[in-house]
Amino acid sequence: MKSQMSLRKQLKELFDKQRIGVLSTQKKNRPYASLVAFAVTDDLKSFVFATPRTTRKYSNIMASSRAALLIDNRSNRMSDFRRAMAVTAVGNVRELRKSGKNRLIRLYKEKHSHLEDFIKSPTCAVLCLEAETLHVVDHFQHVVELHLNK
Amino acid sequence: MKFTYHLSQIKKSDQKCVGGKASALAIMAQEELPVPKTICISTNAYNIFMDETGLRAQVLMEYHRKQFDQMRWEEMWDCSLRIQNMFARTPIPSTLAAALMVEITNCFDNSAVAVRSSAVGEDSARASFAGLHESYLNVRGPKEVLEHIKLVWASTWSDAAILYRKEIGLEVEKSSMAVVIQELIQGQESGVIFGRSPVDHSKAVIEAVYGLNQGLVDGTVQPDRWMIDRDSGKIVSHTPAQRAKIVVPAAKGVKVIRLTTGKRNKPPLTRHKVKDIFKLEKRLAKLFGSDQDVEWTYDHSKLRLLQSRPITTTGKAKDNDDRQWYLSLKRGFENLVDLRSKIEDEIIPEMVSEAESLKKIDLKQLKDKELATEISRRVDICEKWKKQYWDYCIPFAHGIRLFGTVYNKAVKPENPYEFLELLEGTALKSVQRNEQLQRLANKLKADKSLRVLVRSGKLPEDSKFAKEVAAYAQELLTPLLGMISQSQLRAKMLELLIEMAEMGTAKKVIKDQAKSNLEKRLLANMPKKDRTFALELMDLARTSYRLRDDDNIYLGQIEKQLLNATQEAHNRSSIVSKIPLDILRADESVKCLRDPNYRPESRKSKPVEIQDRQIMPRQLIGQPAGSGLATGRARVIRKTEDLFAFKRGEVLVCDAIDPNMTFVIPLASAIVERRGGMLIHGAIIAREYGLPCVTGVPDADKLIDTEDQISVDGYLGIVTISKKLPIKHLKTTTNKDG
Repeated sequence: MKSQMSLRKQLKELFDKQRIGVLSTQKKNRPYASLVAFAVTDDLKSFVFATPRTTRKYSNIMASSRAALLIDNRSNRMSDFRRAMAVTAVGNVRELRKSGKNRLIRLYKEKHSHLEDFIKSPTCAVLCLEAETLHVVDHFQHVVELHLNK
Repeated sequence: MKFTYHLSQIKKSDQKCVGGKASALAIMAQEELPVPKTICISTNAYNIFMDETGLRAQVLMEYHRKQFDQMRWEEMWDCSLRIQNMFARTPIPSTLAAALMVEITNCFDNSAVAVRSSAVGEDSARASFAGLHESYLNVRGPKEVLEHIKLVWASTWSDAAILYRKEIGLEVEKSSMAVVIQELIQGQESGVIFGRSPVDHSKAVIEAVYGLNQGLVDGTVQPDRWMIDRDSGKIVSHTPAQRAKIVVPAAKGVKVIRLTTGKRNKPPLTRHKVKDIFKLEKRLAKLFGSDQDVEWTYDHSKLRLLQSRPITTTGKAKDNDDRQWYLSLKRGFENLVDLRSKIEDEIIPEMVSEAESLKKIDLKQLKDKELATEISRRVDICEKWKKQYWDYCIPFAHGIRLFGTVYNKAVKPENPYEFLELLEGTALKSVQRNEQLQRLANKLKADKSLRVLVRSGKLPEDSKFAKEVAAYAQELLTPLLGMISQSQLRAKMLELLIEMAEMGTAKKVIKDQAKSNLEKRLLANMPKKDRTFALELMDLARTSYRLRDDDNIYLGQIEKQLLNATQEAHNRSSIVSKIPLDILRADESVKCLRDPNYRPESRKSKPVEIQDRQIMPRQLIGQPAGSGLATGRARVIRKTEDLFAFKRGEVLVCDAIDPNMTFVIPLASAIVERRGGMLIHGAIIAREYGLPCVTGVPDADKLIDTEDQISVDGYLGIVTISKKLPIKHLKTTTNKDG
């Protein structure tokens, strides 16, 4: 098994390279999945994303703050079964206060500068998934968990 | 897209499409050298087959199921078996099959041919492909030829090819294989010439046998050998063989028969023929620009060239040695029959008698120096038997593999390990021993007062039951159990029996009906004339399967006598007693006994690493080795105490199971082992008891802790840790030396 340091390095590289992940939310037993552009902090604990407040995902999050975000590097080739890595971050989602000083929002804007106008809109919410655990899958079925709060 | 090439059509630029062997044959044929009629099935056909059927994707999944640096060669064999079976079960797409059939019919119709591999890159002097891929002799009729083309394609993924994947550049995405179909020359004398001897570069070597050279290539027939001075062309020496066998064409394939008396006393080649072969190699060396390794045959005094390849130049000696050893494990049926007699008639009886005669020596009567001599002698004896084990018993395990290959080729089963069901239930020693233990547990179960006595620890030592348990414990006391006294062992054994009595009768699986059906299935899929062979091979494989486990027990009994002698030294000397009771450290006991001033080096034991608790393993991948699914508490075996602490329903997790520790298996719900392979002891015993088993799980005994809740999926080879022991409950444990 990899050391924590090398695993964290590998994850950071993956998160930096990938721009979009799959967010899973649910309300009243109705699960839902959607694509979101994300940015992550160096400690791998905070996953920032943005969404209009009228969306189903926002409504779900307001009803239940528990969510999961899947980020992977698949290329839709057969070699994905060997080479692809998928990480599911699981935790609570909270809405961020939109302030120019907010380091998480700054981080998000740095990665997705083309979304600056999008997040500026008063109808757009910037949210943060505070991950407790990262479930890391590689080699098709090999799974380890990185517990961030231990 | 061109699927077939005649030798006259092959250009230098076609090399990647026709492979090394076909390319060399084309060069020879175009120089009007005596090459039999040959066509080549190009790599285009292989690629169409792989891509149109989706096989490439399946192979990719299987080939990369585990990282190679974590795989043992036995796991590579398993990986190869699974891939070969995928090939066997995948029909060639009809358009491709039709195109190939037309060409094969036009060229050979129903005459006998050889179907040989022609790997891309095989012509390179950098890498030797010898022994990695398959060739088939005496195949008749387009349909059969087609089936054998598929077998040659499948051999792209032979166990040896996977083992040497880096050297030969084997990659799923880019893999390809061309096939040579050659008129079968029923030569009366055949052999090989190495233009430059690997040992003495000033000489060339010719090896020759009567009949086809298949026997020479696979080691069944011993060849006569001639050394020739490369400069002068003079024959320097001739080493005659013990000529006894000859390989000849059978109705289908080849067979080994006894050599006639006349030929036994006569070398297969005259001096004149030796010189002719040498001259021809010289010509080929000039043609190809390097010394050649040539296969040839004499067809009624006409010399014919079957193949020519450059002699590999850059292989490191060690790699070649390892390859030789590995390839030497792959034995033919005849050779395995000889091995079986050697093991059953000589090695095992001698091992039993050696253990018995050592047992008779009263160690207590020996003076210290005599005891030191006796320990040294026993170390040598153990070494001698270990060598026999490696030289004979390990290669004999190939009997199982050979049977598996024949079964899968004939039956093409959905489960590539179906053949193992035919080998199970062959009265393994460890199973017999477990049955004995079960009988003791049944006695305990049936007798309440006896149970009360045992539980309270008040069972009199001279009671019948105590004596029976002591006798059983004596059998178990092997070096594997390390430093544990007879009385401690008896006490622990009683605890284990209580556990077994509470569980009820162990569930050894009996599958007689299923076995009988499988046997019928095998025979129904074999040509009539091969059925006797199939039954003989199955019988051989059953012995191979049984001995795979049993020979360790016999070896364990000899090692136990060394342990007893070192135990005696421990009892005598307070200095010796500081050395851990381990047969690998017996030499230190000897030094202590001989020299009162000798002080053994203290070796600190390494604590077992506790993993970083922030990273939790969740799902581990290994090899499916026993089908079924079980969930239970893990019991990780790191030291003797762990074995005896085993509770019913627990999952046995260990580095490597030895047949001497399988007495706890009846209590287990599943087995997880770090060491991988379908034929390792853990897998064998798991199948006997119908337990789910996953082997080849890297660091299994380090990543899993006793008391973790785990699920063992023996179908997919996955171990899931559903509940990890919290860190506060973890204690630092030490390994066996501690």
